[in-house]
Amino acid sequence: MSVDRDHILENFFVSGHTACSGCGQSMAARLVANVAGKNTMVTNATGCLEVFSTKAPETSWGVPWIHSLFENSAAVGSGVEAALKHLGKLDSIRVISQGGDGGTADIGLQALSGMLERGHDVLYVCYDNEAYMNTGIQRSGLTPYDANTTTSPTGRQSAGNPKQKKPLVEICAAHHIPYAASSSVGYPQDVQKKVKKALNIRGPKFLMIHVPCPLGWASEPALTIEIARLAVQTGLYPIVEYENGKLTNRMKLAAPKPVKEYLSLQGRFKHLLKNEEELKVVQKIADNNISYYGLK
Amino acid sequence: MKKFLEGSWAVAEAVKSCRPGVISAYPITPQTHIVEHLAKFVADGQINAESINVESEHSAASVVLGSQAVGVRSFTATSSQGLLLMAEVVFNIAGMRLPVMMVCANRAISAPINIWNDQQDSISLRDAGWIQFYAENNQEAVDLIIAGYKIGETPKIMLPVMVCVDGFILTHGMETVDMPSQADVDKFLPSYKPPFKLDVDNPMSLGLLADPSVYTETRYAIHKTLEDVLEIIPKISRDYKSVFGRESLRLVEEYKLDDADVAIVALGSVCGTIKDVIDKEREQGRKVGLLKIVTYRPFPKESIYKALKNIPYIGILDRNISLGSDGAVYTEIRSLFSEPSKKISGFVAGLGGRDIPQDTVKEMIRLTKEEVNNCKFMDLDTRILWEEFRVS
Repeated sequence: MSVDRDHILENFFVSGHTACSGCGQSMAARLVANVAGKNTMVTNATGCLEVFSTKAPETSWGVPWIHSLFENSAAVGSGVEAALKHLGKLDSIRVISQGGDGGTADIGLQALSGMLERGHDVLYVCYDNEAYMNTGIQRSGLTPYDANTTTSPTGRQSAGNPKQKKPLVEICAAHHIPYAASSSVGYPQDVQKKVKKALNIRGPKFLMIHVPCPLGWASEPALTIEIARLAVQTGLYPIVEYENGKLTNRMKLAAPKPVKEYLSLQGRFKHLLKNEEELKVVQKIADNNISYYGLK
Repeated sequence: MKKFLEGSWAVAEAVKSCRPGVISAYPITPQTHIVEHLAKFVADGQINAESINVESEHSAASVVLGSQAVGVRSFTATSSQGLLLMAEVVFNIAGMRLPVMMVCANRAISAPINIWNDQQDSISLRDAGWIQFYAENNQEAVDLIIAGYKIGETPKIMLPVMVCVDGFILTHGMETVDMPSQADVDKFLPSYKPPFKLDVDNPMSLGLLADPSVYTETRYAIHKTLEDVLEIIPKISRDYKSVFGRESLRLVEEYKLDDADVAIVALGSVCGTIKDVIDKEREQGRKVGLLKIVTYRPFPKESIYKALKNIPYIGILDRNISLGSDGAVYTEIRSLFSEPSKKISGFVAGLGGRDIPQDTVKEMIRLTKEEVNNCKFMDLDTRILWEEFRVS
């Protein structure tokens, strides 16, 4: 595939990779890389982003990038940061460690907590597409309630995933790090504003970005941004900022939309549309978020 | 300068003299003293390094992977369960061609939990693509660390190095060690200049996905490079000797093998005991010798074959066991010989810190000449076997 030269020069994450059409993660990764710019080193967990962007001998990355394993992106980032500190280059070079929801909230949580606790000058970015998509849509600790995945399938005795999302932003904020926030690829300016803000803070930072996955969510690729926005606008995906452990900012919702508007666009929630009882439970989750985070 | 030192102290001093920029480890007995000493060197400003106290061995290995990838010489140390927890990263470091240095304070594997010495931990990771050395004493441990950095960082090699030292026996043992001066180490070991690294002015992607059209070649490249290490070790050994006056870096050491009709083969600290027994046996007129394997990976097949080819009776001591098969070193040496006249026996001893006294070595020598065993456990307590396990 030929790629326009200007496109390469202006972007630190270029097209030509093998992500599915409508992949929210690839859009978010480009937003993050382009805000971070040239003087950045990226560590990447195993997962979709790693696989679709760096199949040998090609790469989409215009900044130094390293993938080691699934659960150790934050630890590799700690090592990269320590080396830059040793070389006296930490003033001029930023470190971003990144991974998907499984690699961050489940198998990589220990390494992430260690990196945050030790105070490394690293921004960790979690691209949350709410399941293990790279292995074929298995549930993770960040899969939402009632989502149909291959390991939380719907059935006569199941309405999908039986658990709510792990409160990952709060878990990170509880480390009393300078900055922990959520964002959504549905709001590109919000993503970029937060990456910029985080990279100007010294110490450990955490940013979780909601990224729809058309394949895993059984949604229309063309609706990725709309679905991402609806997750926020229903209250199911609160956009918040914690500074030094305290909730300091949230994206307000003037008039929250009913969750059905969000759910009805995704095959993973199809079974809920005929299940009034479960729909009420999901609506309750959104309502709780709205009151807990003060979104109205 | 000759100093009377604890093994862990000597190891830490050797690491310090190599000027690593990042040190990361997680505490586990019997490795702890090594990283405690290094942490103190950093705290006292005796070494200009970042000391990263991680939350697991998995992260310790991942930190040094990351720092080495930026082009900074790095160090880690572990033992036993710690090495097994690292295992995934250990393979990964070799695959990414990062010349990290690790000291493994050899210790038994759980269950049952046992903090004492054998070599099951590092032997279990022999296939990872690391260069593996086994030290007989603390002098060798010091020399192998300094020489090991140079071998691993050689641009055409670029592979990690594990220096294995027997837990407690060496790590906590006091010995006289001739500590190299900083000036000599600086003369021998140049600063680390990797052929590739993470660099914002020359951005590279490291750790790419390799599909079936590429993967086999990555394995072959490491395998061939390890074969090159067999060629480069004698050369670096000569350099080392010219600076430090000692020849610790070897593929194998032959001890009184020239006219021997019985050879014992072993790795690590037990070789000292075996040498003492051989001296006594020789006083009795028995022609016994030792083949000490210093470089276990790459496996020096030719050197081993040459050393043993004229010796009719060979007894191989393993401080490890591939459960359901035989000792690892026995299996590999057995595969080098097809002559039916050769009598090759395998012995398993010294597991979980059980001593290998001189009498056990003598008994191995006697058995090697009298009968052929492939996996003879020495000094088994038959009472425990029957009462606890109903095994006779």
